[in-house]
Amino acid sequence: MSDAMKSVGIARMIERPNTKQFIRELFKDFMEFHGDRLFADDGAIVGGIASFEGTPVTVVGIQKGHTLEENLKCNFGAPNPEGYRKALRLMKQAEKFHRPVITLINTAGAFCGIGAEERGQGEAIAKNLLEMSRLKTPIISIFIGEGGSGGALALAVGDTVWMLEHGMYSVLSPEGFASILWRDSSRVAEAADLMKMTSGHLLENHVVDRVFKEPEEGLEHNLSYTTDQLREALRETIPELMEMEQKELLQKRYERFRKFGEYAE
Amino acid sequence: MNLFGKKSYYSLDGNERSKKNDRRRAKSEPSIPDGMWIKCNTCKAIIYKKEVTEYKLCPNCHAHFRMSPAERIGITLDEDSFQEFDANMVAKNPMDYPDYEEVIRKAQKKSGIKEGVVTGRGKIRGFDTVIAIMDSHYMMGSMGSVVGEKVTRAVEYATEHRLPIIIFTTSGGARMQEGIISLMQMAKVSEALGRHDEAGLLYVTVLTDPTTGGVSASFAMLGDIILSEPKALIGFAGQRVIKGTIHQDLPEGFQRAEFQLEHGFVDRIVHREKLRDELGRILRLHCPQGREEA
Ligand SMILES: [Zn+2]
Repeated sequence: MSDAMKSVGIARMIERPNTKQFIRELFKDFMEFHGDRLFADDGAIVGGIASFEGTPVTVVGIQKGHTLEENLKCNFGAPNPEGYRKALRLMKQAEKFHRPVITLINTAGAFCGIGAEERGQGEAIAKNLLEMSRLKTPIISIFIGEGGSGGALALAVGDTVWMLEHGMYSVLSPEGFASILWRDSSRVAEAADLMKMTSGHLLENHVVDRVFKEPEEGLEHNLSYTTDQLREALRETIPELMEMEQKELLQKRYERFRKFGEYAE
Repeated sequence: MNLFGKKSYYSLDGNERSKKNDRRRAKSEPSIPDGMWIKCNTCKAIIYKKEVTEYKLCPNCHAHFRMSPAERIGITLDEDSFQEFDANMVAKNPMDYPDYEEVIRKAQKKSGIKEGVVTGRGKIRGFDTVIAIMDSHYMMGSMGSVVGEKVTRAVEYATEHRLPIIIFTTSGGARMQEGIISLMQMAKVSEALGRHDEAGLLYVTVLTDPTTGGVSASFAMLGDIILSEPKALIGFAGQRVIKGTIHQDLPEGFQRAEFQLEHGFVDRIVHREKLRDELGRILRLHCPQGREEA
C-alpha cells in the first residue's frame, strides 16, 4: 500500500482519537459552549473555553464519534452552517477577551444536504475565512485526522497550521478525485499519491508549518505520545503569538495565505 | 460574441458538438442544431440565431445564456473604458498533474482566454470600478492559482486605489488538478476582501450561472451587496453529491437564484438587461457627495 493510502486509512479509523479526547489531554477546566445564537447547536462542532497551563484559551474543533450512536450526534464530523457559525461566534468571543484560539480539525468535509444549503453552507464557510483572516487574536490550527476541503479550511486560517503525522488535507477526497477526473473509482490509491495530501507533502509546500510524530503502535493506543509534543509546542507558541504586536500578527497571517499559488507571467 | 463557447473569441459560427457534450451541457447553454438556428435548453424553443442580442437571452423564455468575459464587458462597462490587468498570467502545474498543460491548452482554445477570469478596471455610467469576470467556458470556471491570484490582485488594487470592486462569479468549484493549492485560493481571496472591507470600500458580487463549490464558499458570498441573474444555480455542494448523501430527491428550484433570495442569501435578482443600470445606481449611491454627476 502507498504511504498516502496508509495515512488516509489511519486518518479515517473510527478508533482514532477525536477532538474531545485531545481537549481532555491538552487543556484543563474545559467548559463547552453551545449554539450559534441563530438557529441551533451543531454537534459536529465542539467549542468552549479552557485553561492551557494557566492561560485562558478558546478551543473549537470538529467532532467525530467512535460508535454509530456517537456519530449520529455529531453527524460523522460533517458540520452544518450553524456549526461554522458557532465556531465563528466563539472565535469572536476569544477576540473580545484576547484569548488565543486553538482549532482542531477532523472532517471529511462540510455536510452536503438540503438544510445545509437552505441555511447557507457557502456563506457560513466564506464568512469564517474572512473573519479568521482578520481576527485580532492568535489562531493555532491543528489537523488531527481528516481535512476535507472548504469544510476543513473554514477552521484552518491560522497563524500557524499544524498536522499530525497521519493527518491529511485535500481539496477533495481521493475517491472523489478518481471518479470526477478519471471517471474510474478504482484509481483511488493513485489519486491519493498524486494529490500530495499527506503531512510530509503538505509540510514541503508550506500548507502546514509543523508535523507531529505518532506512535508506532497507533495514536489510539498512546495518545499522550503525540499530545506531549503538542503541549510543548503550544507552550512555546502561545506566548510567542500573544506577545506579537497585533499589526504584525495580522500581517504575518495575511502573508501566510497570500503566498499560495503557482503561475507564470 | 462567444455564445457557444467554442472556436475563437468572437465567433458565432455553428459547430458540431458530440452527443456526449450535449448531454453534459447545462440548461443555460443553448444547443446548436445548425449554423442558423439554436435550441434553448430551458424552453426547448428553436430560435433563429440572429434574434439573440448582445444580452444573450432566449427571445422566447428570457433564459440567461452563459456569457464570456468579453461579452460581459460589452454589456456592462462604458465603451472603451476597460483596462485589463494581468492579461498574460498563466497556470503552472503545482501537483504535476499528468497532461495539465494539455488540459489548459484545450481550455484556452475553447474559451479564447488564457485563464478562467478576466480582471481590470473600467467605468460604469461614468463611475470608476475594478471588475473581475469569471468564465464558465474555461474549465467550468474552476479556481486555481491564476484565478485566485488575479482576483486577489484586483481586490488589492481596489483597496490601494480606494475603488469599489464588482465580481461576476461563475464556477464549478476548485481547480482539482492543482490540488490543495487551489483550496488555499479561497483563503487568499477572502483575506484580501477583508482588507478592502476594513478600508470601507464597496464590494458587489453578481452571481451568474453556475456559482458553486469553493467560489460560493468564499468571495461569491462576501459581497456587501449580492446580486444574481435569474435562475442561476448557486450553492455549495453539487446536486449529485447531495442526492448521494441524503438519498432523497431535491425540491423544485433547489439552489436557484430565487431559492437563494427566498432563503436570504441574495439581495436582488436582476434581469441582465437592467444590470448595467442597477450597478451604475449602486456605484452612484456609494459615491462621496459632489461626485453625483460624474
Ligand atoms: Zn428559452
